[in-house]
Amino acid sequence: MSTTLILGAVAYDPKVVTIWDGFQKWFAQHDFDFDYILYSNYERQVEGHFAGHFHVAWNSPLAWLQAERIAAQTGRTVKAIAMRDTDCDLTSVIAVRNDSPIRSIEDLRGKIIAVGASDSPQATLIPLLHLAEAGLEPEKDFSVRLFDLLVGKHGDHIGGERHAAKALIEGTVDAACMIDGNHLLFTREGTLPSNSTRILAQTAEYDHCNFTVLDDAPEAVITRFCDLLMSMSYDDPQVRPLLDLEGLKQWRPGRTEKYALLARAVNQFKTIDAFVAEVSKFYL
Amino acid sequence: MIDGDMCSVELGDLGLDQGGHLLIKRALRTVPVHAPVAVYGNAPELAIHLRGWCRAQGHDIEISQIKGDPVAVVYRGGAEVGRWRGAESTGDAATPQIHAHANWGLAGRSATVEGGAPDFDFPLDTRAEVWAQEAARLYAQAAAAQWNPATAIPWNEPFVLHDEIEDAVVQVMTYLIENETAALVIPARFAAQIHPHFREVMQLLAIQAADEARHIEVFTRRALLRRPKLGLSTAGGQASLKTLIDETDFALSAMLLSVLGEGSFLSLLQFLHQHAPDPVTGEIARLVGQDEARHVAFGVAHLTQHVREDSKLLERLAAAIERRHDVLAHTAGLNEEVFDSLILLAAGSWQPEALRAGWEKVQKLIADMGQGRVRRLRKIGFDEQRAQSLSALHTRNFM
Repeated sequence: MSTTLILGAVAYDPKVVTIWDGFQKWFAQHDFDFDYILYSNYERQVEGHFAGHFHVAWNSPLAWLQAERIAAQTGRTVKAIAMRDTDCDLTSVIAVRNDSPIRSIEDLRGKIIAVGASDSPQATLIPLLHLAEAGLEPEKDFSVRLFDLLVGKHGDHIGGERHAAKALIEGTVDAACMIDGNHLLFTREGTLPSNSTRILAQTAEYDHCNFTVLDDAPEAVITRFCDLLMSMSYDDPQVRPLLDLEGLKQWRPGRTEKYALLARAVNQFKTIDAFVAEVSKFYL
Repeated sequence: MIDGDMCSVELGDLGLDQGGHLLIKRALRTVPVHAPVAVYGNAPELAIHLRGWCRAQGHDIEISQIKGDPVAVVYRGGAEVGRWRGAESTGDAATPQIHAHANWGLAGRSATVEGGAPDFDFPLDTRAEVWAQEAARLYAQAAAAQWNPATAIPWNEPFVLHDEIEDAVVQVMTYLIENETAALVIPARFAAQIHPHFREVMQLLAIQAADEARHIEVFTRRALLRRPKLGLSTAGGQASLKTLIDETDFALSAMLLSVLGEGSFLSLLQFLHQHAPDPVTGEIARLVGQDEARHVAFGVAHLTQHVREDSKLLERLAAAIERRHDVLAHTAGLNEEVFDSLILLAAGSWQPEALRAGWEKVQKLIADMGQGRVRRLRKIGFDEQRAQSLSALHTRNFM
């Protein structure tokens, strides 16, 4: 590959093109060659990363774990080099209707719980782990109603969570799972009328997306990429729209310790085992 | 451990899903960036909502689990301050700037515009090109003087007209409709080209277009009051009006349409008011004349001021009048049917003596129009001789 830094990203929404086109222009103004490849799903992107199609992946937390485990299986190493401030310290909540008799996790036994896409860390895997670790096994102790929008996009699209919230209000499910911030968002936009719901449980903290590199990424180019990211200031009117679109106020150095909760979830539900094995096999 | 001097805010049972964020924002604005604000409250989901809200707003947060402590300590992030760093002022509320910037866009005068706002393409963006001190007064006057076509005209007042006099009225109305349509399209187009920084001018042009919409309505209604269709529209008349529509320069357009065209129409409307054969036509002409007087007043005021700031404009205005004359030299000018209809209206009957009187009245009308044009050209800055010669070049179609 040339010295152009190539990024892999998933097109979970048409605005993704606007975002990375904007970054490309901004990087060009700073004499940095940048281009990007869009994938329709994270699995294809992870495969592309190991096949050497690009240098840096903009990975969901689940894609990060996929990459980390494939690397471990194939003698490679991965690194999270940067993330958004808004990727740090998220929690998910399980909401019930305010007038519901459900007062504890134990009360969810035999009930229907709405979650997001089957591969959504925040709206499905982490909340279901929370319940499992509290003693309620999905599809055994309670029914799971998937709002499986855009599988392969790892829940990046908010639609699944919103549909789950609507189902809760409509009374077709007994509880719904979502990111903490989305509970407030759905209340403000009227999806969840004020005082109509109550939060039954909150998960532990976890982190979300990161820029992932493999051990063969060109070091100088990656360093420059990180330096430029860290120099992006919300004060700069040229940068601000890009940060607003991508949903952050500032970039932060990558960290990986807060993927532990999701790692426990994928272990529990064996979410990525087959995919990791299949891709790893190719490189062994 | 909470420092006793720390800024704090008490929400009581007000949640962030009920507007509680306003109190927190207010408290955060009182402390420097990175400084803490202790948030107290007992809304059930407060801690959870605070976490999501702070993440989205770029504030750091520490959630407390200790009874008696605040629910959380929020550290003010730099995003809000950053957003308005480098913002641009659009000047004084009362007085427009010499040049309006493209990125001020649709913002009102004296608003603060965030950096990075998109550039808008408003080609008329300098004060000299568009501004007239009288614009605000004329707009206020226009807004107060809007009349309701349904009630202001005595549509049901009885009158008896000879068939051919009625036909003459219909022909004159047919002519007026197409002239007023040109007079609507032109200010409407310029209203969209004027930088909104010059709000009063934009508003004035908008209300001018609305005036013309009413005029078209009442002329049409009068024409169809007793006839199933309108009269004749000539190629020469339309060619004359097309030269107005084709003029894309704001100042030149103001000269041709407002000063010369609508200026001449003032005399015509006064003539129709005086000599109207029926009360409906007479009242229409009176009310329309009031509106047109404002349009002319703005055109004259704007060009007078513009010429004062740019003396070369006079020659451009003269050249535009001459150019239009040359373009229209081969056309018929005022259509014969309109001219004859005006005589007949003023005569009121087919008696030879009445027709002679009608003819004289129309001659006086044409002379009045010429004198009015000269007077306005003089006001804008032309000398008497030049004003006379330019007035003589004005289209025979009146508008």
